[in-house]
Amino acid sequence: MAYGEKVMDHYENPRNVGVLDKDAKNVGTGMVGAPACGDVMRLQIQVNDDGIIEEAKFKTYGCGSAIASSSLLTEWVKGKTLDEAAEIKNTDLAEELSLPPVKVHCSVLAEDAIKAAINDIKSKA
Amino acid sequence: MSTPTYMDYSATTPVDKRVAEQMIKHLTMDGDFGNPASNSHYYGWKADEAVKKARQQVADLIGADSKEIVWTSGATESNNLAIKGIAHFYHKKGKHIITLKTEHKAVLDTCRQLEREGYEVDYLDPLPNGLLDINVLKATMRDDTILVSVMHVNNEIGVIQDIEAIGNLCREHKIFFHVDAAQSAGKVDIDLSKLPVDLMSFSAHKAYGPKGVGALYVQRKPRVRLEAQMHGGGHERGMRSGTLATHQIVGMGEAFAIAKAEMANENIKIRALRDRLLAGFDGMEEVVINGDMESRIPGNLNISFNYVEGESLMMAISDIAVSSGSACTSASLEPSYVLRALGLSDELAHSSIRFTIGRYTTEKDVDKAIDLVRDKVQKLRDLSPLWDMFKEGIDISKVEWTAH
Repeated sequence: MAYGEKVMDHYENPRNVGVLDKDAKNVGTGMVGAPACGDVMRLQIQVNDDGIIEEAKFKTYGCGSAIASSSLLTEWVKGKTLDEAAEIKNTDLAEELSLPPVKVHCSVLAEDAIKAAINDIKSKA
Repeated sequence: MSTPTYMDYSATTPVDKRVAEQMIKHLTMDGDFGNPASNSHYYGWKADEAVKKARQQVADLIGADSKEIVWTSGATESNNLAIKGIAHFYHKKGKHIITLKTEHKAVLDTCRQLEREGYEVDYLDPLPNGLLDINVLKATMRDDTILVSVMHVNNEIGVIQDIEAIGNLCREHKIFFHVDAAQSAGKVDIDLSKLPVDLMSFSAHKAYGPKGVGALYVQRKPRVRLEAQMHGGGHERGMRSGTLATHQIVGMGEAFAIAKAEMANENIKIRALRDRLLAGFDGMEEVVINGDMESRIPGNLNISFNYVEGESLMMAISDIAVSSGSACTSASLEPSYVLRALGLSDELAHSSIRFTIGRYTTEKDVDKAIDLVRDKVQKLRDLSPLWDMFKEGIDISKVEWTAH
């Protein structure tokens, strides 16, 4: 399968790869997917005192589109409040990356990841 | 842009230039373009001569009589003709068929179709190394079993089945034996004058011949009968109608003649390259070879780089053209059914890469592949949450995942 330019860009230069302290009170972790399905995403967000996401990190096991979806997501969530971040739709990610229909599930997984991370941070409050 | 290095010879091979040169002679006005069935004039005779020669060349590689060769459009058609042909012709003798879970789809889907027609099919599990346990086969045979179909060489993992032992068992039980040899002709010695095989499928394009042509060996003594799947002018002794594609057939003949002449030396060269590739991955962590290493064609290396997803690895090493057991693109998200049948975990199956080396592979190509793979596997593991977990000593199989 041929990949779009934006997928290739994120795949070759993934943004915000890394790990945050999952035990910190202002860090939320979302781990979604399953190895059996061929993709696992771990997305972490760190919120400052004003409730703004100041840092986002990810690691993804999966195809190029899964890696690109999570990389793009980390760019998008920075600077947003939790409520704003929860508004991000998988269709926006898929559109931005020009994902073909068979890869749309990668963007769904990214949406699941940010929701899971937000839930995690809220459960710590 | 330079083109990627080709290491996917089990998907298809380029046509050997010597083959293409022969094929071109049978197309144009100044060549032998006639219909081999036109037995009333010069053009037909010349084309018929070319087909006869090719039939002999194919027969010579596999130790068959040229009268036992039926031309088809490829191994898929040969498999269909063999399996449906036997099942339909001998249905009064029984309706039970045995095959392997790791067969090519052309065999599996043909069997599925026969199930819809009321036949019963057993799909046997191979051993973890990909080989068939002859005792399992024996225990599955019934009085109404009419056909056993087992591939000679597996397309994904390259393992070679012991078709002599399987064939002998079939003979003992008076069961027809079909072998899909698409991946073995020109790579493994085949002598059908000695092997207990009734039907064998061949493809030209896996052996440096053209796509779109294949053959089915149908044993004559004792005679094996088939119900035709393609009806028409009664070509190929009524087993497969349709005007013979002279240039394609000539190509297959030439490719098989070259294979016969060069196979022994070529296998030595290819094996050395494959071993060099494998040695190049020495010292990497969490690397698993899929399929038996002893009973295996020289050109195949199917290997899983654990915690790295196969499709993204293929993308990272796009300077070499390989294939993967990962099926992230398919709607089902199911990884390779062949690797799953060996008992591999889904994640290991998703992490597999198949390198297949062939006639035009060089040491330089192999060294490039080694450097690229080592570099990119590391890069992707640095990006992999599963690798982190592995390093932290977490057993991934015990984690409760939210499957989607």
